[in-house]
Amino acid sequence: MKKIEAIIKPFKLEEVKDALSQIGIEGMTVSEVKGFGRQKGHTEIYRGSEYKVDFLPKIKIEIVLPDNRVDGAITAIVSSAKTGKIGDGKVFVSDVEEIIRIRTEEKGDAAI
Amino acid sequence: MNKVIIAVAFIAAALLASFSARAADPAPVKRAAPTLEQRVADLEAYVNNSGRGADNTNNVSSNLGTYDEKANTFTPNPGPGPNAWQMTSAALVLFMTLPGLALFYGGLVRRKNILSVMAQCLLITGMVTIMWYICGYSLVFHHGKPDSALGKFLGDFGYAFLNNVDSSPNTDYSFWVSQNVFAMYQLMFAIITPALIIGAIAERMKFSAIFLFMFLWMLVVYFPQAHMIWGIDGMMNGLANPAAKIHAIDFAGGTVVHMTSGWSALVLCLILGKRLGFGKENFSPHSMVLCMVGTGMLWVGWYGFNAGSAVAADVVAANAFTTTTLATAVASFVWPMMEWFVRGKPSVLGFCSGAVAGLVVITPACGFVTPTGSVIIGVVAGLVPWFFCYKVKGWFGYDDALDTFGVHAVGGTIGAVLTGVLARNSANANLATNLKSYVTDTALQPLVFEQLKAIGVTLVLAISGTIVIAYIVKAVVGLRPSEDVESIGLDLAEHEEEGYHG
Repeated sequence: MKKIEAIIKPFKLEEVKDALSQIGIEGMTVSEVKGFGRQKGHTEIYRGSEYKVDFLPKIKIEIVLPDNRVDGAITAIVSSAKTGKIGDGKVFVSDVEEIIRIRTEEKGDAAI
Repeated sequence: MNKVIIAVAFIAAALLASFSARAADPAPVKRAAPTLEQRVADLEAYVNNSGRGADNTNNVSSNLGTYDEKANTFTPNPGPGPNAWQMTSAALVLFMTLPGLALFYGGLVRRKNILSVMAQCLLITGMVTIMWYICGYSLVFHHGKPDSALGKFLGDFGYAFLNNVDSSPNTDYSFWVSQNVFAMYQLMFAIITPALIIGAIAERMKFSAIFLFMFLWMLVVYFPQAHMIWGIDGMMNGLANPAAKIHAIDFAGGTVVHMTSGWSALVLCLILGKRLGFGKENFSPHSMVLCMVGTGMLWVGWYGFNAGSAVAADVVAANAFTTTTLATAVASFVWPMMEWFVRGKPSVLGFCSGAVAGLVVITPACGFVTPTGSVIIGVVAGLVPWFFCYKVKGWFGYDDALDTFGVHAVGGTIGAVLTGVLARNSANANLATNLKSYVTDTALQPLVFEQLKAIGVTLVLAISGTIVIAYIVKAVVGLRPSEDVESIGLDLAEHEEEGYHG
């Protein structure tokens, strides 16, 4: 089992979700996050005052999948979230040791 | 708080001691019933907003009022039309503060301080209303006590606790509007003026300090200034008082409202010091949406402020409505265009600031200038306050948090000057009554120099008054909250509430 964490541009969320559901992935956790990498921030000007905003709003998607479905999901995310411009985000993949479905107490792949 | 109460009581007692009530002994005169002609003349006077027969001649009664033969007093009835307009205008002016200004300022502060701004606006509304009832209306709109030094600057106590202020008009100010309505209308001005100061000192002044400062400021700065400009015997009321020392005019409060609040705001923000983290942290507005909503309310409410200042729905009000619209629209256009030209992007805050600047600058002028004059005023309003907010503030580095100085002090001052330059007899026939030699319909008419003198008096009063009051407040309760309180935010620390949950 692996966990995919993808940081994407907020306006790409719908496209990424659609791409994932097309390959049969229906569950995910989404959060609004802030951060910066190479894109850095932007400036905002209010009357005479200029402010540099370093942290930009992004969306983080978390999905946990059986090993054999991970490559497909990554392809779906990368192709749907890409604009080709700086700030498109990143995908992180990591191992997951255990999953428990709280309602039934199922474990492992059955709980995904 | 005990110290505050003692100080408040002391000042109130000192003021009360220096005045005493006026007494008048009317001589008994027999009045005749009005003839048909006189009754028609009364109706014409109503339509034309002039005095009725019974007001002008002692031997004629009027059916538009009650005549008490024993006491020889005539109590004129108010006109329903003028009263309807004035009550509407009063509500519009209150709407400028609650919630207009509260939202305009509230949107511009950080989210941890939005409630503090709203609490301050609400506090001022309640406190000033109480003061207005006790002595404020009387100090501003009653005749000054003759042969008394204070009587030159303040009215007497004849209307204290709104005594003698009922639904009958006070013909010093209006022939047809009830005096109680007039008092409530003028109260709304007294409310918004100190509320404007909040903009400069936002996010960093103790609530108790604001409480005491605003209380003293009303007594020391606002009431005298309003009396001198608008009181029937005011020493700077050039329009209504032929014996005025300075023959200045101020239609809706360029000096009374915007100059006093704006210049006091600058002085107070300098004494108070900069916000914690000024120049390092991000102080961007937490909601430009609220700010825009507030701006719209201010613009709408300002019609009550400006056109309502005619205290009649007459030709002067109609002109004031027109000039207010033109100047505001032009300034709201010019300011963002300057941004677009200089910085590359027109901003929503630019549109909003331009509109408010236009409203401020046209305020003293709206009832005295022609539509073309108001367009000129709109252009200047879009350029000069813009320059102060964008450049001058940066050069000097003062922390006028929400630009009360840049918009209200600068706007009010140039408005007072431009009123002198652009007042025209064609725009307001009343200018010919007491100001015939001052308004000659030229750019450098003598009125300009009277306006400059009034500006000088206003500056001295606002600046010196604020310095003294600020240091008194600093000594009694202190001005700034602790650094912890300021970092947590005034909402949570001073009011134990949060603007937004979740």
